[in-house]
Amino acid sequence: MTLCELTRDDDSTVSTQWFEVCGVDDLVLNSGVCAMVNGCQVALFCVAASAELNTQSVQLFAVGNDDPIGKAAVLYRGIVGSVDDHFVVASPLYKQRYHLSTGDCLDNPDIAIPTYPAKIENGRVMLKMGEGV
Amino acid sequence: MNRQQHIHSDTPAQALHIVVVGNGMVGHHFIEQLRQQDTNAKITVLCGESRLAYDRVHLSEYFSGKSADALALTTPEQYQTLKIDVHTNAWVNHIDVDLKTVSTESGITTQYDKLVLATGSYPFVPPIPGHQQEHCLVYRTIDDLERIAASAKVSRTGVVVGGGLLGLEAANALREACLETHVVEFAPQLMGVQVDAGGGRVLKDKIEALGVQVHTGKATEIIEQGTSCRYRMCFKDGGMLETDMILFSAGIRPSDQLARSFGLETGERGGIVVNDYCQTSDNDIYAIGECALWQGKIFGLVAPGYSMARVAANHVLGREGAFSGADMSTKLKLMGVEVGSIGDSHGKTPGSFSYTYESQSKGVYKKIVVNNDESMLLGAVLVGDTSKYDTLLQYCLNAIELPANPEALILPSSDNAVPALGADALPCSAIVCSCHNVSKGDIVVAIDEGNDDIAAIKACTKASTGCGGCAALLKSVVDTELVARGVEVKKDICAHFAYSRQELFHLVQVGRIKTFDALIQQHGKGHGCEVCKPAVASILASLWNDFVLQPDHIGLQDTNDTYLANMQKDGTYSVVPRVPGGEITPDKLILLGEVAKRFKLYTKITGGQRIDLFGAQVDQLPHIWEALIAGGVETGHAYAKSLRTVKSCVGSVWCRYGVQDSVKQAIDLENRYKGLRSPHKLKMGVSGCTRECAEAQSKDIGVIATENGWNLYVCGNGGMKPRHADLFATDLDTETLVAYIDRILMFYVRTADRLQRTSVWLESLEGGLAYLQDVIIQDSLGIAHELEAQMADVIQRYQCEWKTAIESESSRKRFRRFINSDQADPSIIFVDERQQIRPATELEKRQLETAEE
Ligand code: SRM
Ligand SMILES: Cc1cc2nc3c(=O)[nH]c(=O)nc-3n(C[C@H](O)[C@H](O)[C@H](O)COP(=O)(O)OP(=O)(O)OC[C@H]3O[C@@H](n4cnc5c(N)ncnc54)[C@H](O)[C@@H]3O)c2cc1C
Ligand code: SF4
Ligand code: FES
Repeated sequence: MTLCELTRDDDSTVSTQWFEVCGVDDLVLNSGVCAMVNGCQVALFCVAASAELNTQSVQLFAVGNDDPIGKAAVLYRGIVGSVDDHFVVASPLYKQRYHLSTGDCLDNPDIAIPTYPAKIENGRVMLKMGEGV
Repeated sequence: MNRQQHIHSDTPAQALHIVVVGNGMVGHHFIEQLRQQDTNAKITVLCGESRLAYDRVHLSEYFSGKSADALALTTPEQYQTLKIDVHTNAWVNHIDVDLKTVSTESGITTQYDKLVLATGSYPFVPPIPGHQQEHCLVYRTIDDLERIAASAKVSRTGVVVGGGLLGLEAANALREACLETHVVEFAPQLMGVQVDAGGGRVLKDKIEALGVQVHTGKATEIIEQGTSCRYRMCFKDGGMLETDMILFSAGIRPSDQLARSFGLETGERGGIVVNDYCQTSDNDIYAIGECALWQGKIFGLVAPGYSMARVAANHVLGREGAFSGADMSTKLKLMGVEVGSIGDSHGKTPGSFSYTYESQSKGVYKKIVVNNDESMLLGAVLVGDTSKYDTLLQYCLNAIELPANPEALILPSSDNAVPALGADALPCSAIVCSCHNVSKGDIVVAIDEGNDDIAAIKACTKASTGCGGCAALLKSVVDTELVARGVEVKKDICAHFAYSRQELFHLVQVGRIKTFDALIQQHGKGHGCEVCKPAVASILASLWNDFVLQPDHIGLQDTNDTYLANMQKDGTYSVVPRVPGGEITPDKLILLGEVAKRFKLYTKITGGQRIDLFGAQVDQLPHIWEALIAGGVETGHAYAKSLRTVKSCVGSVWCRYGVQDSVKQAIDLENRYKGLRSPHKLKMGVSGCTRECAEAQSKDIGVIATENGWNLYVCGNGGMKPRHADLFATDLDTETLVAYIDRILMFYVRTADRLQRTSVWLESLEGGLAYLQDVIIQDSLGIAHELEAQMADVIQRYQCEWKTAIESESSRKRFRRFINSDQADPSIIFVDERQQIRPATELEKRQLETAEE
């Protein structure tokens, strides 16, 4: 059992590298999927960046899959939405919301989930994360 | 230690130098108050702990995951901005009242103009031989909590000595750390300070029911080495108890050593004597918070400490204000058990007498103490139900005259019950938030200044930002005041749609809108959220009944709907096949057993007459359903807000009293309405005679057979707030029965709020039952036909969602656990219990982990 306790992307302490995760086709628009990357469960969310449904302008987010409050690896199964102008996911267990870009929990300022830089390159989803965590 | 260090002053000579000893909650509040009013004063803080002030009141949340940082009330940076000179690990051990200096163990000496002692208190540990061992701990500081957490990791059993408020909080912390937990109390009852003997008894029962063992009337004589555990506690009565750790919570003692050693007056039983301005026997030295003794009393709560801090800050600056005591009423929830104590809870006022209500079966105890002519409330004890706390407290604090039958205040509500004291009945002087001393008048002013929601009022008055106990009262004061000013209290479903659910339903229906995206583009803003998405998904499904997993709808569903199964606490799912009316063939029963066996699932009969299979991993779900569907079983929609079960009794076919075939009726109704998406779940019941074995009168739709047909009952509810269904129509034939149910359900689907059960819906319908009967039976709105047609449409579009899901490649893709790996989810771990699986607890997971290493 590996529970991932990565701090935010902090290049100074952990050496990081890009991992190739899956194809864009594996993502589900406006919803989440889960990948196992480097021994960590990562929730990947792909959202339409504007309300005009235009698949060209999607935004990709990668966060830790562990729900720190419900204590289960389920965040990718939460509902994605927006609060003000930020994208958030609501935990499917007890509905706390997390900022997809910062990992901060909106309902409990003491809690945050890890976030990882993610990008799409040549139709492949890439993720940056520390080595040997 | 002997390095002398003097603090240099770079503020003008005339600025007052105020030195504060202790940086607990009260010391910190003093500093904030002082700085707010005087930006020049030079303030030095000598803080004995390694951390700056933190929230001791919510200390226990450390065990539910709150970090030390999150408990902090301030930061070094904030103090720097406020120009506060602060020293941590600075334990003061000397005061020279003539030279006006204080010194710390670490060698700091500083001069003061005014000295404020805010040294709080320390836990009392009874001098029982053996109390100084490694795993004998106390509960006061964050450092203590770190020690407890470390000890809990290597312990199985824990004992809390002391059954007061803090002791029970400590016991809860041990219980949450998965220890077998005991409370040992010297007195014959728990929480003797706040509640009386009757309340203590009910409290004990409730706490024991939660698995904490309570031993009252036990005096510990010695702590020795144990045989099955680390220690053995031997009691005076000859009994003993073995445990791995001991937490002392046997009361607190004021930290008054400085006062004692350096000539300030202290009380006989401890505490630094202060006057109404919080001055000690030396005019330039103040004492505030838990170390201060005012009129022979120590106040062990934060709100009185804050009052003292305000008074002392004012006095130091030559302003008005005096301390006049404090209300010690408390309301709290200990391990989910509600306890409230108001004023003279023990009925010590001469001439007072009391009313008591107790329900053993419900675990509720309530007592009120009134004065001799029964006009005023003096005190109260509430255990198991504190819903009347706010009302009682206001009666007591504001000396509001009691109604003629004061006992109605604590009796379960009946027709002659006294209504709760509305916020409008409170005088403006009534204190709403005692932590921050905010009165109703202050809130009214804040609203008049243009603050028109709770968040704004909290920010400007600070109300409800302390212990939080006043949140409900604050909301009702704000709501009443807003309504009185003609401000509309908004019904918007969320920030993305300025409409109620009912309005959205009309927009979707009239505009024939088929997707969430289309709706939000036309009528909303932003990207939606966990509130509006499932609500709209439900409306779309009620109206058009498309497959819920089609791409347009998939991101809208709650996880249970997305995966067509119910998520459990560990992230696995439960599978509930439909068993219409509770009737099942032996073959289907065997099939369920075989599937459960093949996929190693936990099985249980539900409260709804069907069988639940638990512990399915997300990627197993399609395989499980393939097997079930092949055997002719359909989805039970346990995951959806839709029809759950139609409960039946065996009825006239077998039962000697039955007058109609209730099983057939139940099966027909279940098959008719299965899959109907609604604002909340729907349950029905059909009984074959008036003996009512199917409990139909507790269901949304209840049907009871009569000699002549069926009686229809509507809007019953079990659950959190049970409601008996109302008799809607009698002696109906089956056709009329079904027509009425069609209309009622569709009318509910159209007009109810999101997540509103039929019981609450009926109560919110203007005109109530009679109005509903008008609409459905008399067709007063002329929509009966439309409602039936709409229902027919939904019924005709029914599909078993699982059948559609397993037949679609793209839907099946959703059930992959990892998109890039076939490995199983390593975070899911089961253990065996009673020959079946169950999720491992956090403790068991940790143990398994260490065993692996
Ligand atoms: C499985 C079951 C317990 C059992 O093992 O017996 C159950 C399990 C849950 N109930 Fe229930 N309820 C179950 C029968 C009941 C009953 C009894 C009945 O139906 O006769 C009631 C009281 C009757 C009623 O609803 O009026 C009941 C009243 C509730 C409530 C309170 C509803 C209310 O109006 O106050 C909730 C909470 C809610 O829905 O918001 C709830 C919620 C839940 C949830 C959804 C809680 C959750 O979010 O996890 C549970 C889903 C677990 C799962 O995965 O299946 N459950 N629940 C029962 C499933 C019956 C079935 O076959 O579908
Ligand atoms: C677990 C727990 C739960 C509680 N729950 C509630 C609740 O629900 N509601 C409520 O109203 N109250 C509650 N209380 C009580 C509340 O926390 C106290 O009333 C409040 O913290 C008192 O504040 P204080 O500043 O007077 O003392 P403290 O918070 O004890 O602070 C005193 C500080 O002074 C320091 N100090 C002492 N002597 C010296 C010295 N010589 N030199 C330097 N520093 C010194 C101490 O180390 C300490 O840091 C709870 C307390 C605990 C422990
Ligand atoms: S009563 Fe219902 S919701 Fe509560 S634990 Fe039992 S099954 Fe779950
Ligand atoms: S009474 Fe404590 S926050 Fe209001």
